[in-house]
Amino acid sequence: MRLSDEEKAMRDGAKGPAVAKAMDLLIRYGEALGAEDFVYTDNVAGVPGSSPQWVKDYYAADGGDYRAVFSRFDLDSDEVVDVPRVTGFSCHLQGGMDPELWREQGMSEEAFANFRADEQEVSAHGIHVLKTCTPYLAGNVPVMGEHCAWMESSAVVLCNSVIGGRTNCEGRESTSAAMLAKRIPNWGFHTDAFRKGQHLIQVETPVDSIFEWGMLGYFTGTAVEDAIPVLEGAIHGPSLIRHKHFGAAAASSGGVEMYHMAGITPEAATLEAAFGGAPRGERFVYGRKERQAIYERLNSIGESTAVDYVMLGCPHYSADQIAEAARLIEGRSVHANCHLWIFTSRAVKATAEASGHAEILRRAGAKLMTDTCSAISQAVPPGTRVAAFDSAKQTHYLPAIMGIEGWFGTTQECIDAACTGRWQGRLN
Amino acid sequence: MASVLERPADLVIHGRKVVGGVCEGPALVTRETISGWGGVNPMKGEIIESHHELRGQSFAGKVLVFPGAKGSSGWSGVFHLTRLTGRAPLGLLFNVMTTKAALGAVVLRVPSMSDFDADPLDHIDTGDWVRIDADAGSVSIWKGGRP
Repeated sequence: MRLSDEEKAMRDGAKGPAVAKAMDLLIRYGEALGAEDFVYTDNVAGVPGSSPQWVKDYYAADGGDYRAVFSRFDLDSDEVVDVPRVTGFSCHLQGGMDPELWREQGMSEEAFANFRADEQEVSAHGIHVLKTCTPYLAGNVPVMGEHCAWMESSAVVLCNSVIGGRTNCEGRESTSAAMLAKRIPNWGFHTDAFRKGQHLIQVETPVDSIFEWGMLGYFTGTAVEDAIPVLEGAIHGPSLIRHKHFGAAAASSGGVEMYHMAGITPEAATLEAAFGGAPRGERFVYGRKERQAIYERLNSIGESTAVDYVMLGCPHYSADQIAEAARLIEGRSVHANCHLWIFTSRAVKATAEASGHAEILRRAGAKLMTDTCSAISQAVPPGTRVAAFDSAKQTHYLPAIMGIEGWFGTTQECIDAACTGRWQGRLN
Repeated sequence: MASVLERPADLVIHGRKVVGGVCEGPALVTRETISGWGGVNPMKGEIIESHHELRGQSFAGKVLVFPGAKGSSGWSGVFHLTRLTGRAPLGLLFNVMTTKAALGAVVLRVPSMSDFDADPLDHIDTGDWVRIDADAGSVSIWKGGRP
């Protein structure tokens, strides 16, 4: 790779051993990719140093602590080095448990003590404890063209597509190194050529609610896999939460890391701009028939209508989604045979508390949780057999991970299921 | 047992070094992309993804030949853990370059190659004996197992 004088000096130790180790890893990574040089980044989202106790136990000879894990694992270093405060603007994505309701999630005292210790290290290293898969709802919003180094598939696709920021799907080691080196290989989505549309999706049935946007996203990923789709047609009412659900669904059903919507997303003022002169691949149609098929596919893992768990917040709920859930449940109660867990970030929960929505949810018997979700923590209420979701992404993952049945529907249908213990969703 | 060097390989293909080094061992081949997080059990080095053709099989101690990586950004972390548990593959041969596969190969620290002059999926079957010399950019293949 071609390195600047400053980058050579960093590799050679001018900014200390941890930065040198970070540069060494990033150079090996860049060469593996075939990247020619680095881009500067001052926006990194990862999971720096956090690990369960069993990983620390592997590094017992090195002290078995955060320092050992960060050096050996995150920086892939052959020696343990002191890790300084990071210099890049950095945040911690979602983690393993709620900081207050971890007992309800079935976590042990030991696991919580480990979680708390890691979190203190994260903040002591100058990393923002956002603890969310939606950093853009909690204080980290890139700008158009900004080079980022982000993990988390739903955050990556939103950054690239909706904001016009530029990030590849980074991993734990590359994000931790980038927090110290403020560099990431100049490859993939950092380059103009890589961001052109590849296939067309013609939307012929109206997509005009968060539920419909989620189904279209799931269809899109199924159709194009990990290619870049360009969508055109009957897509209405774009908003942050609709894009959030669309992208998360497309990323989970297919691995989409960027999409264009003609006349909607920032790098797709027109269909021509979205393809940017690149050869157009296949053309897919999303009509009534395809919509029906996607709904049936998402609901193919539900048999029993006796729902004992309703999970909302994948990706993490926004303030207005929490307000909507509170509005739908106000004056009602979660059924005795059912649990309602809603997941968000700490920042958004603070807003929900201040706005009174958290109290309405509590009064109804719902739990508003932060930092994690049932897929990441693999924590569901005890005895869960049948769950319901308003997220296509979570419907894709959780039943497979936990071996339970799952239903997908609107937020209204999910709240109704939580209050009645019965799934009554259907496609209108 | 005859040394590998005593019998010429049945086939040699060439490609680009992703991670340097030399290794040899039996191949485990799939035409399906592989998920890391949620698709691999790092304690066993085993593919666990539902419906995957390698489900239940371990890549520990084998040369993993696959089209490329898919799924969560946790790919590198999960393969990295297989290095800790001693269940890592010996080497990686893959066709489609992504940040997931590149970073995973780097932290696994096993000889890895891509960008081949002939598709390894067309020429390597599970159980063939494979020698990767990533620094020289060559993959030698002995059909049917250890020569």
